[in-house]
Amino acid sequence: MRVPTMAEKMANGESPEILFWVGCAGSFDDRAKKITKAIVKILNKCQVDFAVLGTEESCSGDPAKRAGNEFTFQMQAMMNIEVMNAYEVKKIVTACPHCFNTLKNEYPELGGNYEVIHHTQLIQDLINTGKLILEGGETFKGKKITFHDPCYLGRANDVYEAPRSLIEKLDAELVEMKRCKTKGLCCGAGGAQMFKEAEKGNKEINVERTEDALETQAEIIATGCPFCNTMMTDGVKNFEKEGDVKVMDVAELIAHAADL
Amino acid sequence: MEIILFAILLSAGAGFFAYNAWKVRYNILLGQDIDRSDKKGERIKTMVLVAFGQKKMFSRPIPALLHLALYVAFVITQIELIEIAIDGLSGHHRFFYFKLGGFYTFMISFIEILSVLAFVATLAFLIRRNLLKLPRFTMKELIGWPTKDANIILIAEVVLICCIFSMNGADEVLYSRGGSHVEFAKGHFDFAISSWMGPLLFQNFSIDALHVIERIGWWGHILMVFAFLNYLPYSKHFHILLAFPNTFYSNLEQKGKFTNMESVTNEVKLMLDPNADPYAAPANPDEAPKRFGAKDVTDLTWKNLLDAYTCTECGRCSSSCPANVTGKLLSPRKIMMDTRDRLVEVGENYRKHGKGYDDGKSLIGDYITEEELWACTSCNACVQECPVNIDPLSIIVDLRRYLVMEESKIPSELTGMLTNIENNGAPWQFAQSERLNWANED
Repeated sequence: MRVPTMAEKMANGESPEILFWVGCAGSFDDRAKKITKAIVKILNKCQVDFAVLGTEESCSGDPAKRAGNEFTFQMQAMMNIEVMNAYEVKKIVTACPHCFNTLKNEYPELGGNYEVIHHTQLIQDLINTGKLILEGGETFKGKKITFHDPCYLGRANDVYEAPRSLIEKLDAELVEMKRCKTKGLCCGAGGAQMFKEAEKGNKEINVERTEDALETQAEIIATGCPFCNTMMTDGVKNFEKEGDVKVMDVAELIAHAADL
Repeated sequence: MEIILFAILLSAGAGFFAYNAWKVRYNILLGQDIDRSDKKGERIKTMVLVAFGQKKMFSRPIPALLHLALYVAFVITQIELIEIAIDGLSGHHRFFYFKLGGFYTFMISFIEILSVLAFVATLAFLIRRNLLKLPRFTMKELIGWPTKDANIILIAEVVLICCIFSMNGADEVLYSRGGSHVEFAKGHFDFAISSWMGPLLFQNFSIDALHVIERIGWWGHILMVFAFLNYLPYSKHFHILLAFPNTFYSNLEQKGKFTNMESVTNEVKLMLDPNADPYAAPANPDEAPKRFGAKDVTDLTWKNLLDAYTCTECGRCSSSCPANVTGKLLSPRKIMMDTRDRLVEVGENYRKHGKGYDDGKSLIGDYITEEELWACTSCNACVQECPVNIDPLSIIVDLRRYLVMEESKIPSELTGMLTNIENNGAPWQFAQSERLNWANED
């Protein structure tokens, strides 16, 4: 696995085509790190000219903003923008829909203008241009896979098709939950909920959502967000189904299919 | 005599409505400024599709079709109202009948058929609310006045439709006996429904009785319209008018984009700029320092306030809200209803005691609790679902901003999360220097 940093690239006088914004979950959460590595393997395999910020990356500020602390958000945003503008970043790919949303929509007004894409969009492009071929690895043929729309990818930014097209490329059977796409139910983590206990109610949101997923009889619940991944994994555990149903990021499915 | 009475009613009805509409406008303009004057073409397109074309209604087809029947009937019946106004002021009877000929028969027939559909739809709506008790119509924020309000409107619609048919039905029988009106000899109107319903109901009535029934229908119709028009500003039903401006002024940005607070940007720039003069005079010294976020309705934008008046309490937002469906206190519909109720109160206060009057109450605390606000996952389901592009999320976020930045009221776990971001650049307690460790783990 080769993970070049922007600093190394710059030292060599290179300016990589694309910055891989790893995000806090992708950097520190044990489950999400696996997703990060799957993406790096795909980028390596396709010889994408990329780099990460590494220790120069900091929180995008999304959870601070959603929690109502605009100061902390803008401090984070401006410091990140300063770093990225110094490296003359033009294009960013990220595996976190929350970073994706804030980098894409909220950074421009603060001086950070980049083309921001989600990793499912990049992988779709790599497959469509023939750079990535799905063969030799695990076969998903005929397997039932359902896709849980991350709110900040779907409703927030209208990306519904890219992750689904990848699942279809696996030759798998894509089964939709009763609430999907624009009507997709949140996993319960957004708006800084990930970092606090839920308010009093009669059910946890991730349990409600996992019911939707289990109803489809899918063997794999695919997501495109590290936080959704956590919430759905916990939901599956709640029903003691972790032996039958796996929760995986679309990037991991692709990496497995391509034997990476 | 009848003409004078009609003229008085018409001007009173229109005048009172104008006064109430002015009050609503005054209240909405108490909101903070926000620029929605751009992208006119896209705005018109949104209005045509979403308000006029009912596009978002159709994600739930059954209520969409029922609502469409009512909506089209309502819009088309306005043509008949023009005739009623002309007849009422001039003393004519069915002014357009001889002018339009066959087209008149077609038009009134069309209105009659739509009215029957609207009648069925109204009954279905009453049944859905009162007998089937659909979950979104029985949530606790609807207990009391809101439920009554909804039923009053539906019953008014039933009465209105009954008036149309007694008017046309009685007139049909009168015409067939040559007693309709001086301008009319003897004949048939041949309207699609009343041509058979009239004789069926009224065949045995005398000409005098029929005249009374016809007049009751005519006056009942127009009185209901005046009453309805003036009821609108007091009820949830204002959406029939405000849906149009509200969709025109829609947020056209990606739903995930939250506003960047400019006041904060200026301060953050000062903090990060080593050359900044911390003692520099503010650019606009006369400008009163604004609150961070929203404590009360006047801190919200005028679009938030227009949203509140536009809400017809259908509850699609709350029935799709993840917090609400899992039993939390948050209901986006309640956020909108609270905003409107508080705005009405503030507006009355300002007009009575002078602009800026403080009654010691606020939207946060007296109407909306912190528990509701913290239950939101910012998933945008409420925004997506609203058939008239209301945005409850932006209100929730502005209220949160006030709680956090002005009052430091925040769930303790989130304080920890924010401290971590400020200290080590991640919501968890991991050092920034360890950010790339994953690359060397297997």
